[in-house]
Amino acid sequence: MGRQLLLEHINVPGIETFSVYRSKGGYASVEKALKTMTPDAVTEEVKKSGLRGRGGAGFPAGMKWSFLDRKSTKPRYLVCNADESEPGTFKDRYLMEKIPHVLVEGMITSSYALGANTSYIYVRGEYMYLIRILEKAIQEAYANGFLGKNILGTDYSLDLYVHPGGGAYICGEETALLESLEGKRGNPRLKPPFPAVAGLYASPTVVNNVETIAAVCSIVNFGGDEYAKIGIGKSTGTKLISASGHINKPGVYEIELGLPVEEFIYSDQYCGGIWKGRKLKAVVAGGSSVPILPADLILKTAKGENRLMTYESLADGGFATGTMLGSGGFIVYDETSCIVRNLWTFTRFYHHESCGQCSPCREGTGWMEKVLHRLETGHGHMSDIDLLVDVAKKIEGNTICPLGDAAAWPVASAIRHFREEFEYHVKYPEKVKNPKHFEIEPFVSGKVLTVA
Amino acid sequence: MHNMEFSPEALALAKNIIARYPEGKQKSALLPLLHLAQSEFDGWLSTDTMDYVASLLSIKPVEVYEVATFYSMFNLKPVGKCLIEVCRTGPCWLRGSDDIIEHFEKKLGISEGETTSDGMFTLKTVECLGSCGTAPMLQCGAEFYENLTNEKVDELIEKLKTSGKRSSYMKDQRVMN
Repeated sequence: MGRQLLLEHINVPGIETFSVYRSKGGYASVEKALKTMTPDAVTEEVKKSGLRGRGGAGFPAGMKWSFLDRKSTKPRYLVCNADESEPGTFKDRYLMEKIPHVLVEGMITSSYALGANTSYIYVRGEYMYLIRILEKAIQEAYANGFLGKNILGTDYSLDLYVHPGGGAYICGEETALLESLEGKRGNPRLKPPFPAVAGLYASPTVVNNVETIAAVCSIVNFGGDEYAKIGIGKSTGTKLISASGHINKPGVYEIELGLPVEEFIYSDQYCGGIWKGRKLKAVVAGGSSVPILPADLILKTAKGENRLMTYESLADGGFATGTMLGSGGFIVYDETSCIVRNLWTFTRFYHHESCGQCSPCREGTGWMEKVLHRLETGHGHMSDIDLLVDVAKKIEGNTICPLGDAAAWPVASAIRHFREEFEYHVKYPEKVKNPKHFEIEPFVSGKVLTVA
Repeated sequence: MHNMEFSPEALALAKNIIARYPEGKQKSALLPLLHLAQSEFDGWLSTDTMDYVASLLSIKPVEVYEVATFYSMFNLKPVGKCLIEVCRTGPCWLRGSDDIIEHFEKKLGISEGETTSDGMFTLKTVECLGSCGTAPMLQCGAEFYENLTNEKVDELIEKLKTSGKRSSYMKDQRVMN
């Protein structure tokens, strides 16, 4: 197992309580930052660390912090994005449930760096049970002088609150999240202005993912330069990967960025290989929005190099032969999986979650869902395949927020890499009418494999 | 005008929640208050309930309606005492959510979207609940039930039949000092 920063103490009994967390060195970053560093010095360490946003976009966190309008006389806010809803992603939930104090600690240290005196954790509404856990942790932090007025006897004060969402994937988009936090529909805002200038209540605001904020604790403790030594190149540090699908050991794993994909899938330390002794067919490596790759391209790049779990290696080859690290939602498909049916569930998801503001997304996602449903149930036409490509192309890049792109990429990539499977659905409508068609007759690399 | 009102405890919590946001930004409390109202008033939001929430926040009723209709967790018509929400997005489907939904339909004698005649169960399919590593799964109230099998579903139905009750938003919230 590689270096563990976030989950190092995951198996310590009682780690969810303040006293045990503290006894394992918890809240050291708050002490170090508040007592020995200026807010800008903390930001500088985050910049040096090379930490990239762990929510999906991978934008350098320190740079995002540096955009905060420090000249404004309005209050500043830090908002934690815990609206985890990208299919295949459940790492933030795991972290908040098991070690809630690492998020609370990260929120305090980060809020200090940004000069925020009120901060919010926006948790997806369905994670209601987590609100109980987080609020207990926050209460303990108050009781021990890490929240409230004059933290640790300094002149820095912070109030931290948990805010529940209402069940809307779109609120994971940062401006939709801010609208939602203001008590409105989750419609993404036009940018600019960016939240760093006009965010919550039109005040300077930083929105960061749970894992990003939690990583700040290690960065402050070690120093940015030390943190940057972990990982490879511009993929520094560790990353939580949510592993699901047809593997022997689904779950959340903390990896050092740079781990070979093959090792992640087949090693017993991680996914433990494909279940039921079956073969790998495909992987969605970074949550449902990123391009799906067939087995050969997820294990090796088109150039024949080993594919690594880094932002750069997974993206190698662009969308033609590569994908993205995204949120780290790693979904594995065995040889009995139907790529068309999987895509239909994803597209239904995006249709359900489109906020409806932009016509290409509102109409296009519904249209793609309908066409995919008819293909999957044996009522499709050959022309439907290019129709899907065409609709996806017309959504991509034509919407206010990235949900449109997120809905288009899975469609375009599934057809790019698995076109024969779509054609099979048109050629053999009677066979695909059974929803479990490929469990009966697996379809791999353009051929039907007959199961013994 | 309003034929409903929170209990003193719920009202105290509502006021506490409103105080978490800056002065004049009380509308921010809308989502938590809708969750509270839904759990206090039979698991759904009637027009009267939404009007009451609007009055607590000094905002127009339409500002509540437009929000309540946007978010999938708010029920705009009555639901059974136990709302069974089965996830069916990709990762859950890969691990057999279709079979789980079918099993529920058979056991409860209703289709997805319907409520049993005794008002005990409503069966709903939902999109990804962030439980992909423990799929298939369902949510009932604040609880997640994971790694489902038909046998586990049978046990859950029996358990809920005797002890099932609406989840309470109150117990999940802390009153801040």
